[in-house]
Amino acid sequence: MQRGVKLVHQIFHHCWLSAKFDTIRNSSMLKINDIKFQYPSGPRFEFPNFSCQQGEHLLLLGESGEGKTTLLHVLAGLLKPHEGSISLKGQDICSMSGSDLDKFRGENIGIVFQTAHFVKSLNVIDNLILPQYLTGVPIDRQKALDILDRLNLNDKANKKTTNLSVGEQQRVAIARALINDPELILADEPTSALDDKNSNEVISLLEQQASISGAALIIVTHDQRLKEKFEKRIEL
Amino acid sequence: MNLLKISWANIAHKPLNSLLILLLLSFGVGLISLMIVLNVSLQSQFEKNVKDIDLVLGAKGSSLQLLLSAVYHVDAPTGNISLQDFENFKRDRKTRIFIKEAIPMSYGDSYEKFRIVGTTHAYTEHYGAVPEIGAMWKVPILDSLDRVITDNFTINEHGLRVDTIEATIGSKVALETGMGVGDTFFSFHGLDNASEAHYNVVFKVVGVFGETRTVVDQLILSSLESIWAVHPPKKGDGPKKREITAALIKVTNSIGVLSLNGSDQIKKGNMILAAPAIEINRLTQQFGIGMTVLSAIGILIAIISFISVFISLFNSLKDRKYELALIRTMGGGRWKVFMLILQEGLILSILGFILGLVLSRIGLLVMSAALADEFHYTLSDLGLVKFEYTMFAITIFVGCLASLLPAFKAVRIDISKTLADG
Repeated sequence: MQRGVKLVHQIFHHCWLSAKFDTIRNSSMLKINDIKFQYPSGPRFEFPNFSCQQGEHLLLLGESGEGKTTLLHVLAGLLKPHEGSISLKGQDICSMSGSDLDKFRGENIGIVFQTAHFVKSLNVIDNLILPQYLTGVPIDRQKALDILDRLNLNDKANKKTTNLSVGEQQRVAIARALINDPELILADEPTSALDDKNSNEVISLLEQQASISGAALIIVTHDQRLKEKFEKRIEL
Repeated sequence: MNLLKISWANIAHKPLNSLLILLLLSFGVGLISLMIVLNVSLQSQFEKNVKDIDLVLGAKGSSLQLLLSAVYHVDAPTGNISLQDFENFKRDRKTRIFIKEAIPMSYGDSYEKFRIVGTTHAYTEHYGAVPEIGAMWKVPILDSLDRVITDNFTINEHGLRVDTIEATIGSKVALETGMGVGDTFFSFHGLDNASEAHYNVVFKVVGVFGETRTVVDQLILSSLESIWAVHPPKKGDGPKKREITAALIKVTNSIGVLSLNGSDQIKKGNMILAAPAIEINRLTQQFGIGMTVLSAIGILIAIISFISVFISLFNSLKDRKYELALIRTMGGGRWKVFMLILQEGLILSILGFILGLVLSRIGLLVMSAALADEFHYTLSDLGLVKFEYTMFAITIFVGCLASLLPAFKAVRIDISKTLADG
């Protein structure tokens, strides 16, 4: 019964978000133009132009050394490109800095890293609430519990993250990326450490949860297993 | 959820590490604070009891011992001087103008470790002691063989005469022995209960002094005559030369201190004059060395504890680099990361300081109990001493200082590189 109510709630949520996004679907939510990045006395990268619509799922494929993580960090505003622009929701990330950028990123971008890391001293639920606190969004414990429920982690809320299995940790990391209803979810090699079964699970989870939240999903990977799963692919 | 909670979680996450820091800091702070409180407490005890006494006259011996026994009643008397010599000293034509007041005292006996002092009412006036219950003792009139001239005596089971003599007791004596007005007791020779009692005289409590927070609180006071009556001449001997143990002297001006020391009567009577100001100075210098050494150890421990705060925070950055980078990517600004680290150092410092104060007060209570056992002195004031506020400020300051560098380092973490190295 409870699960049914939750499902209805999720569908409504989805519909509401879809309605909201239909109005801006025509213009690209994320637009990348002529990004060039140069490490000091290191490799230089030029990235292809691409754009991403609201709620769209995108796979960025590339071998190691082709700047996948660099691109992801540039997209997240963690690295500043030397040339080019990135517009997210009409805002140029490259021109932002300091606490404005930190806040904008916290509110609009959820990141799932290759290996899941947490604030080890906090338990699962507090790790989920943390992004709310850090961006100044009102703390909503119930929302965090709901997301855990969606990911079948409801019994882990009060566990320390170090007591979870690698798969569970990756799911909590996904939950954390979702907590602030970001417009964009960036995932850096989310499957590279996982076997086929877990890999499939994580990818479908990412896709499913991004859809429920109405967020765009960009996965950066060298994992050829994911190739067929995504319609829209960009090779680096 | 707030920064304080995260900082606290980090401290609790490494309980052993945090415990070590807290132990070091609290021992350092505790030792320093204990020394300071002890110093303040003893100093005030010294000053209160020595109040306006410029010189102490007594039998030849150690000046310090004379002072400790006559003023603080913590040491054995140096011996007795004859009453005649004391009178001669007072009346010496060359020096008498310098003597404002001379209060004679006889002591050396005790009851239940509380000292019995025979003196005049001037002694109680000097310390502002007034009976709260009952009255001051009345002076008995003695015959030439130091027997009380009265018809009101009793005969004990050995057929010997027992005179009754009045005494007024200090508040602490009343409290600890449970004696009140109307109770009687025998005096014991010496300062512990180990020796023989003097059964020829029974003391009767006629009054209890209100608390003065001076040495009077722990004394049993009676007349000079009562002490003579307790120690009469042996059977068959003639009249005994009357003696006193010491005299507290106030001078008219500071030149008097020097002049009185040069009095011929001092040498003649085989006496010495001790100047409390000089003796206390010498005494505080002596245990001052011990206190300085202990304080220095305390400071050293405190410094080590702050270094351990620094090392601990600095080391934890290595483990938590990724965590801190993560906090930055999740919307936490530089300021928040900075405060997170700073607060950890500060929380540890404040906790350590509070624990240190608790330790110092426990130490004080233990020492007080020991002192009370030995000398009936108490260091009852457990309140904060002024310097401890300064210590708190210093603790906060050094705590900040120790956390500052790690906090800066945390802010300067290269987020992208840290995450990429993951």
